[in-house]
Amino acid sequence: MIDLEFVINTLSLGSLYALLALGLVLVYGILKLVNFAYGEYIMIAGYAIYLSATLLHAPWYLTLLIAVLAAVLVSYLTELIAFRPVRSQSPNALIVTSFAVSVFLQNVVLIMVSPRARPVQLPFFFSRTIEIAGATVPLRNLLVIAVTAVLLVALSLLMKKTVVGMAMRAAADKFTTTRLMGVPANLVISTAFVISGLLAGVASIFWVSRSASVDPLTGAAPLLIAFIAVVTGGMHSTLGAVVGGFVYGLVFNLLSVTLPASMISYRDAFMFALVVVFLLFRPAGIIKRGYTEERVG
Amino acid sequence: MAMLTVENLEASYGAVRALHGISIEVAEGELVALLGVNGVGKSTTLKSIMGVLRPVKGTITFEGQEITNRSPEKIVKRGISLVPEGREIFGTLTVEENLRLGAYVGFKRDRYKADLEEMFELFPILKDRFHQAGGLLSGGEQQMLAIARALMGHPKLIMLDEPSLGLSPAMTDQIFRLIVTLKERGSTILLVEQNAERALEIVDRAYLLANGQIEHAGTAEEIKRKVDVASVYFGDQTDADSCEVSL
Ligand SMILES: Nc1ncnc2c1ncn2[C@@H]1O[C@H](COP(=O)(O)OP(=O)(O)OP(=O)(O)O)[C@@H](O)[C@H]1O
Ligand SMILES: [Mg+2]
Repeated sequence: MIDLEFVINTLSLGSLYALLALGLVLVYGILKLVNFAYGEYIMIAGYAIYLSATLLHAPWYLTLLIAVLAAVLVSYLTELIAFRPVRSQSPNALIVTSFAVSVFLQNVVLIMVSPRARPVQLPFFFSRTIEIAGATVPLRNLLVIAVTAVLLVALSLLMKKTVVGMAMRAAADKFTTTRLMGVPANLVISTAFVISGLLAGVASIFWVSRSASVDPLTGAAPLLIAFIAVVTGGMHSTLGAVVGGFVYGLVFNLLSVTLPASMISYRDAFMFALVVVFLLFRPAGIIKRGYTEERVG
Repeated sequence: MAMLTVENLEASYGAVRALHGISIEVAEGELVALLGVNGVGKSTTLKSIMGVLRPVKGTITFEGQEITNRSPEKIVKRGISLVPEGREIFGTLTVEENLRLGAYVGFKRDRYKADLEEMFELFPILKDRFHQAGGLLSGGEQQMLAIARALMGHPKLIMLDEPSLGLSPAMTDQIFRLIVTLKERGSTILLVEQNAERALEIVDRAYLLANGQIEHAGTAEEIKRKVDVASVYFGDQTDADSCEVSL
């Protein structure tokens, strides 16, 4: 039951979920906003593949590039146009705005494209399978692991080695104090949204490839997964999000192979129940802050 | 002409008015204290100067240019740096990274190394802890890091908000000695303190704040003379020692 195929499938599902979670936590860390429009960046990227393939007849690599760029652009623009003006208001204003952006984007594709699902043409090699030590694995699953590994390394270098990365980590810890260093608030927030959009775009490629279609509500499920992974992993660090993503993938796959066939359709319910019980015992998530804030005065 | 001029500054948190028209001046090279008991508006004054809090009324002028309503990052760029109350170290970042962010404004690669060496000289402990997370430092060490972080940006005016808060008497001594050293090196300093007795030993001038207003202003000597009159400000309860106990 726990064989190489299981391991690879779990790693690939975990990778996808880690990407999803990471994109959500980056913005949360800085704005303390659970961005409900995050799922829509994934949905938009799906439509970008569909539209660039059908309207522009773009080759597969261009469709993927356009998809990622579209998610980045939409993420960046939503911050600029929607979130920035209400940022200085209450945190509630931000949350309401993110709901509004989410509904707005859904309606844009609903009106401009169609309420019905559209087929998404993915690269021919995505569905190829290859044999590794007797296990049959779709190439797509290996690709998502490789792409995630590259992105995680790149992101961690960015956060550790560049000043913007340092500023983002600092801002996630103490936003106002980061501004007191002279770091522009807008720079840090825009960067967070751009990276969030990038991760959403890349994750979208692998997400929509599972059903090979996209519809206006495509973003709901990945948003929920990202949110649960982030809460389980720990909201205070990018590491928590990544760990949460992989743990989510592992538990999900374990349920898939252990639950009797009659109960497979209740897999999500089991998943949520497990998360709730886990959070009762460890509300801070798997990864806690490495130090505790000293209270002064 | 004064380096920093604050005129009739009024500030509020929502409907709660915290400052009722405050005017202070700091000249270049001066060490000036802003004194007062808990909740009179000392931190609010500094936050307003820094642009963290938008003043309701009044003007703030720095080096002849008005900076009222500017964003904090713009004000830092002009050359004012705040060492915030409670130190506000980036706990998840290393000491090195904290200092690097301190040097963010006007960063120059060629002087960065030398600046670090200078900080190590002022605060040897930072050299030992260079690669440790800031959150793992002791309170006193964090205070030194917070001051060093501010100095890395070469501020023209450095504002310290209760740097001795919660520190042991020995550490408090060290911080006060450091402030004197900074002044001797030519820094212009606005120091907020509850420990008025200690502050008045080292400052040139002081402002006494009460209920969001300046009650007394003058040289350290003048204020000390008024101290006996207004001894209410300088009871033992504001002593560093009792601070320790209450923690
Ligand atoms: N974030 C805030 N929201 C609402 N009211 C505040 C806030 N911060 C301060 N105040 C109020 O404003 C007044 C001035 O506060 P401030 O922090 O400036 O005092 P302080 O002189 O720095 O005191 P302390 O010595 O305790 O630091 C107080 O009455 C305080 O209750
Ligand atoms: Mg204060």
